[in-house]
Amino acid sequence: MFKYLKQLTSLVAMVAVLFTFTTETMAAKKSKTLKNTQKKGFVRCGVSQGLPGFSNADAAGNWTGIDVDVCRAVAAAVLGDANKVKFTPLSAKERFTALTSGEIDILSRNTTWTLSRDADIGLTFVGVNFYDGQGFMVRKSSGITSTSQFKNGISACTNIGTTTELNMRDFFNSKGISYEPVAFEKADEVVAAYDAGRCDTYTTDKSGLAAQRTKMSNPDDHIVLPETVSKEPLGPVVRQGDSVWEDIVRWSLNAMIEAEEYGITSANADSMKTSDNPAVKRLVGAEGELGAAFGLDNEWSLRIIKQVGNYGESYKRNIADTGILPDRGPNELWTKGGILYVPPAR
Amino acid sequence: MNLKLQKIVPQLITVLAVVLVFGFFSYNAQVNMENRGIDFGYGFLSQESSFDVQFSLIEYDGSHSYFRAYLVGLLNTILVSVIGIIIATILGIIVGVARLSPNYLINKFAAFYVEFFRNIPLLLQIFFWYFAALRALPLPQDADAMFGVFFLTIKGLYVPAFVWENFNVFFYSTVAAIIAIVVIRVHAKKVQETQGKQLPVLWISLGLILIFPLLSFLIGGVNLSFEIPKLKQLAVTSYRYEGGLNLPPELIALTLSLALYTATFIAECVRAGIQGVGKGQKEAAASIGLNPNQVLKLVVMPQALRIIIPPTTNQYLNLTKNSSLAAAIAYPDLVLVFAGTALMQTGKAIEIVSITMLTYLSLSISISILMNWYNKKIAIKEK
Repeated sequence: MFKYLKQLTSLVAMVAVLFTFTTETMAAKKSKTLKNTQKKGFVRCGVSQGLPGFSNADAAGNWTGIDVDVCRAVAAAVLGDANKVKFTPLSAKERFTALTSGEIDILSRNTTWTLSRDADIGLTFVGVNFYDGQGFMVRKSSGITSTSQFKNGISACTNIGTTTELNMRDFFNSKGISYEPVAFEKADEVVAAYDAGRCDTYTTDKSGLAAQRTKMSNPDDHIVLPETVSKEPLGPVVRQGDSVWEDIVRWSLNAMIEAEEYGITSANADSMKTSDNPAVKRLVGAEGELGAAFGLDNEWSLRIIKQVGNYGESYKRNIADTGILPDRGPNELWTKGGILYVPPAR
Repeated sequence: MNLKLQKIVPQLITVLAVVLVFGFFSYNAQVNMENRGIDFGYGFLSQESSFDVQFSLIEYDGSHSYFRAYLVGLLNTILVSVIGIIIATILGIIVGVARLSPNYLINKFAAFYVEFFRNIPLLLQIFFWYFAALRALPLPQDADAMFGVFFLTIKGLYVPAFVWENFNVFFYSTVAAIIAIVVIRVHAKKVQETQGKQLPVLWISLGLILIFPLLSFLIGGVNLSFEIPKLKQLAVTSYRYEGGLNLPPELIALTLSLALYTATFIAECVRAGIQGVGKGQKEAAASIGLNPNQVLKLVVMPQALRIIIPPTTNQYLNLTKNSSLAAAIAYPDLVLVFAGTALMQTGKAIEIVSITMLTYLSLSISISILMNWYNKKIAIKEK
């Protein structure tokens, strides 16, 4: 009698466990962040305080940039309108706290993906939207054309709260050069101090150097040295613990890159519905049930492509045409000699 | 009994409410951090910091710990506060007295200084001294030497460094001189109280502080030489000075702006203090035959100080707290190094901000205690 009772209890327990497990996954399907975003009617996106090409606001308060486009893509996928984004400008220091405390839902702010950031502080990096590397800018008149000409006692301006400070130390230590780091809180002050002659070199991500050079009193007086001293994969970040939201942001970015790969642009997206290629048809929502996996409809990626454009369009609009980095370098598709390679959307 | 209970109960409720509120906040923070997978702990303090700091009073580089980086920031904050307080006090007293000067020009000039500097936001003044003044300074290769050895450039003020031999002998001789001065002062006071004679304490003191160290040079084997900064070329148009001591422009700009700003408030405290001493006091002091110097030193100042000290304490506290604006111009103070870089590299926001807050609190309380002690010392001792 007792034997049966024991078996019965374990059975009940198993059923109970199974039941809670299934309800758990059902609940997880409907992501809390997704639900909140749909209820609010806008995506809360953290961006920089002004970095041309990545996230920069014009005089009328319109944000543009490739980091901005990631948030717009998510808004297009989730809410159907790429303009339904609330941008919060954040300093390098504030950005992670703003994300973990729930003030924003996506951090798309030229943020380097590193192990400690991914593992330690409650964040998840969802992908890379720009492959960057740290470089150095010097005055042309100094005659320096390579970092190998740096000498002991060089002063380097940079800003705090970034991986730059760590890379700078690694670089100068490996070369055995003593240096004077002058670290500011904001990028504008770094530029002003370097421009005034306080420092011999200005170091940050190369894309940043290219963008900031345009702010100098005489941009042609400065050059960015050819050497790249670190790997800086920049990408959007979300809070840990909401895997559905994480997937939405990851695949919104991936969809933009894959759309470029298949030649789908904002102009031809609708006509691609009749394409012969099933991969193209899946991306424009004419085949398969891809959106259902994260609780969205089937045209989520079509809306991204139509409203924001593919990755190539976004790059051209924000970075190439503005003269920041006309050459795509590593940020070219893998099929064209770059390293942009995303898993297939299927 | 009932009355006692009536007194205690509201206090108990208040304490309970405070504890509950704090408990709620810390519990809430704990739950949320757990949900988001953020670890809480102070273990990071012993980890390697791996970032360098521009300017440090103690030996430090990236291979030291975060705790060491904290100390670097703290000492830099204390340095700028102490120098700032000293300059602000001297300047404040001069301007405060000048505002009472019968000379129209001096009087108005002091008033203009006070009104000008205290009515412009401090951050703006810091930016002005750093960016406007910095741009006006010459590059190292264009700098003219002042007195042949000082070089004021955009990369900072380069001054000769002291190179000591047998520094400890010099140090002990100075300490001995100070002890001798204290002994003589005590003796002089006794002589005055018992015999009514005044010894020339000031001259004796000056003599001692000069003669003792001088002897250490002559017979103690102490030797002092100067290391004068030399220009070094880094690239075609890029130079710096080597050797000697470099005061970075960030430190100079920050100290200058903090001192100039705070001195205006101290000047007003000093003016209020001196004006607060009754006219009759001065007249009475003069009538017993004290000369004007003695009137100021023995009668007016002791009374004025009682009025001056408490508000001046506030200004000292303000200056110390305002030094945290350093982050804007890259002076590596506690906020920039610890609550800035270290916070970013570790992501330990709650831990680091709490440590930083506690540190500023302790600094302020230390200054308060010191000033309160001094205030008590000079207060009227009623018998």
